[in-house]
Amino acid sequence: MRKRIITGILARKIRPNDSGAFVTTLKIEALSIGALAGVNLTVRAGEVVCISGPSGSGKSRLLRAIADLEPHDGCAYLDDVSQLSMPASHWRRQAMMVPADSQWWFESVGEHFPEHCDLVALEAFGFSNDVMDWTVDRLSSGERQRLALLRAMARSPKALLLDEPTANLDESMTRRVEAWLKAEIHKSQVPVIWVAHDHSQIERVADRHYVIAGTTLEQIDGSD
Amino acid sequence: MEVIDLAWWKLALAALLILALGGVSMVARLGIVRTLFIASARTIIQLALIGLVLEALFASSEFYWIALLAVIMLLVAGREVVARQQRRLKGFWSFGIGTGAMFVSSFTVTVLILAVVIGPDPWYSPQYAIPLLGMMLGNTMTGVALSLDRLTESVWSQRAVIENRLMLGETWRSALESIRRQAMRSGMMPSINAMAAAGIVSLPGMMTGQILAGSPPSVAVKYQILVMLTITVGTGFGTLIAVAWGSRCMFDDRERLRLDRLVRKKH
Repeated sequence: MRKRIITGILARKIRPNDSGAFVTTLKIEALSIGALAGVNLTVRAGEVVCISGPSGSGKSRLLRAIADLEPHDGCAYLDDVSQLSMPASHWRRQAMMVPADSQWWFESVGEHFPEHCDLVALEAFGFSNDVMDWTVDRLSSGERQRLALLRAMARSPKALLLDEPTANLDESMTRRVEAWLKAEIHKSQVPVIWVAHDHSQIERVADRHYVIAGTTLEQIDGSD
Repeated sequence: MEVIDLAWWKLALAALLILALGGVSMVARLGIVRTLFIASARTIIQLALIGLVLEALFASSEFYWIALLAVIMLLVAGREVVARQQRRLKGFWSFGIGTGAMFVSSFTVTVLILAVVIGPDPWYSPQYAIPLLGMMLGNTMTGVALSLDRLTESVWSQRAVIENRLMLGETWRSALESIRRQAMRSGMMPSINAMAAAGIVSLPGMMTGQILAGSPPSVAVKYQILVMLTITVGTGFGTLIAVAWGSRCMFDDRERLRLDRLVRKKH
């Protein structure tokens, strides 16, 4: 049985906020996928950019293109390093996407986490210490979603691509997850693209908000 | 010991039994009559024809005729591999991978066994080369077809898992690890099971045939051991190659899962 220390902090590498030495910027240039064409977007360190749009407008596909899971035109960069300059698996470890419905393929929850991730914010998410030994088929959809966020954060990504991260959660748990994510994002200074549909949520978490309008992203709030 | 030749009219008696089986199935409405008759007819015609071909081949013993027959056998086996997959890779790939895998494994192992172990003169002597290659190809074909079918089917049904593993930064190899293992297993299982049951549960066809034809059982047994081992080696390497190439083909150079490269068999 693997023991893990339970604390509120996830990211091992704490990037300084003010000095700006290690912060990462996610830049998307002329990216085209599906109906979207020539999308340009820059997300600064610690910034949350929300994207909304009608279903089928290509929100998830946009995230999939940034994570390089689907063939697309254009390119994404982390600190001016192109996604094409490294093997795709390296890129995805840095620009990590968390899908709306996560998959669990091993028997126990713990096997899905990296070997030595000793900092897991289980308490904030309402889990007890033994969750790592649970079998995955007893997880509810809400538990799967929360654990998928933890699983991604435990890999210390440089940028986060969240696809409706609270879709299966009730109101109070949604608020807890939002608060935890905001704190983590602030602490680790990762740029975040957050696909959401709930307007009150967008107001709570977004620094900027874009809506997919036809082939482009249209900015709704936030100053650039 | 003289082999008793079978008159054609005696075979007709056996065919009558098939007709009887068909009649019973028809009465019981089992719905296999058509397939049963077609398969029986195919067996009779195909084997009668190959008998003629082999007679001619044994008479000439020219290398290029033997090579031509070997190539035809390989291409038909390749087509059969494609036909046995519910979902297959688009275009030429499915045929190419199956045929390539069978070519590399069956031909290499057969040539090795002929030249080094059995050692007829010349090494391609059709009496040894053709039956050996036929058994190798037949079994390798089953292994390759089973493993590719399992591979594509599992990739399709577990596509969400594979993509989620890719999202977490795994390489395509590690995201596909358990599926590759299962595919390899299902390709190898028939040969492994056949080896385990040989001699106790089943008397293998080749040995039985040789004994019927008058060989002493001790010789027949040695050939059977040789054939079983080489069949397993051929199937193993064929399956290995097919699974390796097949899984590589389902990902592109950016390690993306490309399900658009799979097509479903039309029913």
